[in-house]
Formats: sequence, C-alpha cells, structure tokens
Amino acid sequence: MIAKAFDEMTALGDGCRSGYELVQAWLAATPAETLRQRQQEAELLFRRIGITFAVYGDAEGEERLIPFDIVPRVLTRPEWQRLSKGLEQRVNALNMFLKDIYGKGEVLKAGVVPEDLVYRNPYFRPEMQGMQLPHDIYVMIAGIDIVRVDADTFYVLEDNARTPSGVSYMLENREVMMRLFPDLCARHRIAPVENYADELLATLKSVAPGSAPGEPTVAVLTPGAFNSAYYEHSFLADKLGVELVEGRDLFVRENIVYMRTTEGPKRLDVIYRRVDDDFIDPLAFRPDSVLGVPGLLSAYRAGNVTLANAVGTGCADDKAVYSYMPEIVRFYTGAEPILSNVPTWRCREPDALKYVLEHLPELVVKEVDGSGGYGMLVGPKADSATIENFRQKLIRDPSKFIAQPTLALSTVPTFVGEGVAPRHVDLRPYVLTGADGVKTVPGGLTRVALKEGSLVVNSSQGGGTKDTWVVDVPITDAAIMQFQQQQQQQSRHRP
Amino acid sequence: MLSRTADSLYWLSRYVERAENTARIIDAASRLAALPAGYGSATNEWESALAATGSKENFAAHYDEATPETVVDFLAFSPQNPSSIKNCLENARTNARSVRTALTTELWETINSAWLELKNYSPRDHNLSRLADFLRFVKQTSLSFDGSAYRTMLRSDSYCFTRIGVYMERADATARILDVKYHVLLPPGAQVGGSLDYFQWSSILRSVSALTAYHWVYRQNLKPWLVADLLILNQQMPRSIASCYENLTRYLDMLARHYGRQGPSQRHARSTFTRLQNANLDDVFQSGLHEFLSEFIADNNRLGSQINEQYLI
Repeated sequence: MIAKAFDEMTALGDGCRSGYELVQAWLAATPAETLRQRQQEAELLFRRIGITFAVYGDAEGEERLIPFDIVPRVLTRPEWQRLSKGLEQRVNALNMFLKDIYGKGEVLKAGVVPEDLVYRNPYFRPEMQGMQLPHDIYVMIAGIDIVRVDADTFYVLEDNARTPSGVSYMLENREVMMRLFPDLCARHRIAPVENYADELLATLKSVAPGSAPGEPTVAVLTPGAFNSAYYEHSFLADKLGVELVEGRDLFVRENIVYMRTTEGPKRLDVIYRRVDDDFIDPLAFRPDSVLGVPGLLSAYRAGNVTLANAVGTGCADDKAVYSYMPEIVRFYTGAEPILSNVPTWRCREPDALKYVLEHLPELVVKEVDGSGGYGMLVGPKADSATIENFRQKLIRDPSKFIAQPTLALSTVPTFVGEGVAPRHVDLRPYVLTGADGVKTVPGGLTRVALKEGSLVVNSSQGGGTKDTWVVDVPITDAAIMQFQQQQQQQSRHRP
Repeated sequence: MLSRTADSLYWLSRYVERAENTARIIDAASRLAALPAGYGSATNEWESALAATGSKENFAAHYDEATPETVVDFLAFSPQNPSSIKNCLENARTNARSVRTALTTELWETINSAWLELKNYSPRDHNLSRLADFLRFVKQTSLSFDGSAYRTMLRSDSYCFTRIGVYMERADATARILDVKYHVLLPPGAQVGGSLDYFQWSSILRSVSALTAYHWVYRQNLKPWLVADLLILNQQMPRSIASCYENLTRYLDMLARHYGRQGPSQRHARSTFTRLQNANLDDVFQSGLHEFLSEFIADNNRLGSQINEQYLI
C-alpha cells in the first residue's frame, strides 16, 4: 500500500546520491561493533550533559533521553537553498496572515479562508484584535515540519507557530557529532548551526517595544523544571545569556513587567515564552494557571512588553488552516508557493468527508488541533476495530479532522542494533523573523522513526534524532579516496 | 540575579553539605557502636546520631527502636526523612536543575552524576562494606561539589550564595553535634568520665573530620575542653563555628559590595562573628556549653531568616 520509500543515501537502488559519498564510505569501512561503541559513547555524553525530556503519563521514566542516531542526515547546499527560500516565503505569509486576521480581515472578506475557521478557532484570541505589534511580527520563531518523498519533492507537513521545540537537540547533536567523529566532520564542508543562539537573541531584541531602552532586557519564560522541554528552556537561556524565569519570578505593576531579583525589581522588555497562551495570565485566560503572570496580558496590550511568539498565533498553525496555506501564500505574496502542502482532505467539507470515510485504511487522519502524534489514525497500520472506532469519532465531529494520504516518507541510513538500515525521517528547520527580515539556520532537526516501517517520528512515541548536515557539493573523487585510505589505516591500527 | 535562582543556589549547597554531614555522623556512630561494651558510653550511639541530625522526633514517628539498621535506613535512604542523604541529594539536584544556567558544567555534572549513582545504592544491601562505599561516595560528592564551585565558578553573586549556603549549614551542624555530646565535654577540673570518654571525643572529631587537625593544633592527647575549643572558636579549623562565621561575614560582605548596599544579614553576621572572636573558652563554660550552643543555633536560624528576607524572596 505504501510505495517503496525513497532513500536519501542510495535513492531507490544501491547507488550513492550526491553529498553522501563520504558517509557511505565511512559506513562501509566501520564494523557494526565500532558503531555500537560510538552509539553508546554518544548516549553517555547526552546523559552526562543531562539532555533529557519527560514523557507525560509515564511515572517510571520521568526523565528519558531522546535516542540519538550517529549516522548524519545530509542535504546538499542547492537542496537547502530551495528549501530555505520556501521557508522564508511561508513564514512571511504566516505573519501577514496573522496581522490580517487580527486586523482588517481581508483574507476572510476575499473568501480565501472561511471566516468560521478563524473566528471559531480555539486558538483565536479576540484580545489581539487591533493590536499594533512591533514590526508587525507575530511569529518570531517558527518550526516548519517537512517531509520528503523523492529527490525533488518536499512537503510541509505542519507549521509550528506557537512554541516549536527541539532546537537544543539540533545544536547538541552537532556538538556530539564533532566530538565523536572529528575526521568525518572535517572532511565535509558543513554549514555551521552554532550561531543560532546569537541570531535568536538579535531577533528577540529587534522586536522589543518602542519604549524599551537601547539594550532591552530579554528573558526565557518556562513552565518550570517539570515541563517536558525544561532542558531546552534552560539550554536556550544559557546560550542567550538571559534569565530563565518562571511565572512566580515575574510581577506586573502599572502595566510594566518586572523580575524579582536579589537587587529588587528589574524591568523586562522581551519575553521568549515557552508557556502556552492558555497559561500565561490567569487574569486573562485560565484562572487556575499557576504558571503565568497575573496582568501580563494587559502589560502586553499596553505595548510595554513583547511576547515571542505573540499571543494567538495558534490560529495559523492549526491543521485546518494549514490546508489553506497554499492559497494564503498566494494571497499575500502574489507568488506561487515554493513549498507545497501534503494533499489534504478537510473533513469539514462533505465531499472530502465522504472520500475519507471510504478510504480510511489508506489515509492518515489527524485532529486539527492535536500535536505530538497523539490522537491520530495511521490507516495502513491500524486494525479494523481501531478504524471503526475512529470512523465513529469522525462522523460525530468531522470538522475536528483532516486526512492525508499515507506518504512514503524518505529514509536515511540509521544504526539499529545489528547494523545500518533505512528508517523514515522528517525535518524541522527553525525560522527566525525579526525587524530585519527572515533567517533560517542551515539544516534543522531531523527526527527519525527508529522502529522498522514506522512513520511516527515524535520523540514521545519512540522517535529519535539525527544531526542534519547541509554540505557543499560536489565531494571530489580525490577527497573520497583520501578518506578511504585514512579509514583503512585506522582500522589497521585498531587493536 | 533572580531571587529564585539565589534561593536554589543557596539550598543546593545546603543540601549537599547536609548530605555530607549526615554521612560523617553515620560513619562516626558506626565506629563507636562497634566498640566492645564499656569502651563507649552508656548512651545508644544510634540515638545520638539521630539527635545530632535533629531528626529524633520524626524517627520516632516511623520506627519503634533505634537499631543500626533502622537508623542507617532512616538517615541515609528513607523517603520519610526530609533530610535523609537520598532526599538531600535529590533536592540538591532538583534545585540544580532549576538553575542550570547559573551553574558551571562541572558543578552540574557533579550533582547530576551523584544523582544517577545514587540509584546504585539501596537500603536493602545492608552490609558494612557497602555502607562504607556509600558514605565515601557521599563525601566524595560533596568534595567535588565544593571543588568544582571553587575552581570553576565566576566570583559573582551566584558564588556568594553557594558559599553562604555551605557555611550556614555547616555552622548549624557543628553546633548540633557538639550539643548532643556536650555532657562529655567538661571543663578542666570537673569530674571527667576518664578514658572511657576518649572514644566519644575522638568520635566527635571524626564526625567533623578534625581528628588529625586536633593533633596538629594542640600537640597533645585528647582533652574534652580542647575539642570544644577547636570546634567552636578556632578559626583555623574549617568546620569550627568561628570559621564558618568568618566565611559568612566575608561572603555576605562580598554580596553587599556587589550590590552596593548592605542590610540586616550583614550586620547580624558581623556581630555574631565579633562575639565569637572575643569569646574565650572559660566564658563559654561559665555560661554553660549547652546554653551557649542552643543560643547559637537559634541565632544562626535568625541569620537564615534575614538572608531569606533580604535576598531569596
């Protein structure tokens, strides 16, 4: 049912695609036992540094490692250039869309996106209507999930415009690779990712409120040490050189946000918040939230503090709105979208629903506001009872769902116990938008489904990560020869 | 710096110090308990260990009798004892985790590895060599914690808060250990328990790792009043109360310089330190060692609240 997957190293046969020559030579020359040792060293490094995440609803494994695979995923520079142009275009459109729906609503008046999809969206925040944000930027940090099905086709699987996570893994994966495989890394021209934190800080400072001083004070707001992504929050605060604050560290007086410090209150200008809208201000949103800061929203509305990302951006990364992204890109940029969507059936439309119900065993059905791989149906992998169950849910509330064909996601060689085998991957590049435009850091986070045949790459469901390399091509034959000789010499010296 | 960060740094180092103190107390108690009857005193060493860690009442709520097994279990591993070594190391890590950005890699790795290694020890493997391994591991953790703080931390306010935590905890522990044994530390001329108390005195010194130091300082055999002098007034002795206050004054003053203003905690620490500097042992015994120590413990707690109000909330 699923077509044979495209392998990014060997294409469909046993050749070698451009960019992968040295990786292939390295894998061929290295015995499985050595790879296993390296894999263990990598795990030890991650555990020592404390890069863990928590899995909700799992008492035993309060802290776990996301498995890291030592075989890098390679993209060539031309491939990346096309991708990054597409990402810039898409994120620009997302920002214009948000400004529009919280402003004049032209995209709705023009009938490009149905009104109820926006106004009745659970993530739509009426509080944001008519607000003027610095430089009209809503989504400063976006993570766009991309899948590949063949040499030329990349699809956007979903847009993450709220609080995309995982960037710390992108950075740490590179560090670990450089430490474990200095030779292999040095033989390539790999575009660096380590400047991400600097770019992020510059981006955050560039969107400070007009009233802020020349050197605005920035902080990262975390729900706290028990959040699954806490490691990442503290990692980012550290790399940015800013305070990592929790709600209880902040207070609002006369619409100004302050941190409680050992030297008394200190004014805060920009908050990179990793707390969802619902929880940031118990006075404005969920009154039972202890993670938030009472009065934060009114300080925000008064223009005295910038929140990154803005409140109400969830409206744009909703899976139902997602299906309109090609139209949204065309509407605001006047150009054809460079990155296409996965073909999507919106179950809210009767014809689409009919098709989906008839083809459930072939399709992937997702909740429009779900995330993390929860609450979805992967038709070809489900038994008939599960499918029937899902069918009932779908009939009860069709507008909650979208459906997509089961894609043959590309594979990348991955070390799995006995040896190296192809596993399905996706890619989450991170896109920053500040006063001086949109920036992407070359590569991003590659997530890999470690189970054979599995298409679910989410870390909460047995997915792992890989380092993602954007390399200069071509890699010359001379370089390959040289590398092979060196590998042979090393294996001779091995005890 | 965030008040919460300062609070976590302060408690992080208090918990590590507390774990070490408890480990030393268990160590000393098991040595003393291993002596033949008649060498130690009539008291149950394990009960003294509970008293010295301030956990007598809590222990009684969970166990009937103070036996080596129950006390070691309670002091080292019990989840019911908020100050058990296990809880201390776990709390230390929770605090460390919530202020990772304020810690150096070395400091974090010390705490994190200790927390990981902690899982290798359980109250079930009750044998003495395993217990000795465990206690060594705890002391080692505290040493590398102090060492990495000393060698890798910026001398900023963060550093001051970790030091202040250590010395607050240590002053309290030294005073408590002495107070539990005050009846064997009698002034010269008083009725002395004779050579039988020798092991009590050496055990006190051992529990604060000062046995060798004693001989270096006084160059004579163990005299109870000199043990008290060493641990209360001798500023050369890093675990003495006076030395703790010398350090508390130094780091609180450093904070005050850093922030450009001082408050009640600086004044309080300085006045306590001055009193300790001017005190002599006769005065201490005159007013009663026990009274002196209980007053000190209360005074030290007052400093704790002042630090809390001034910086940590």
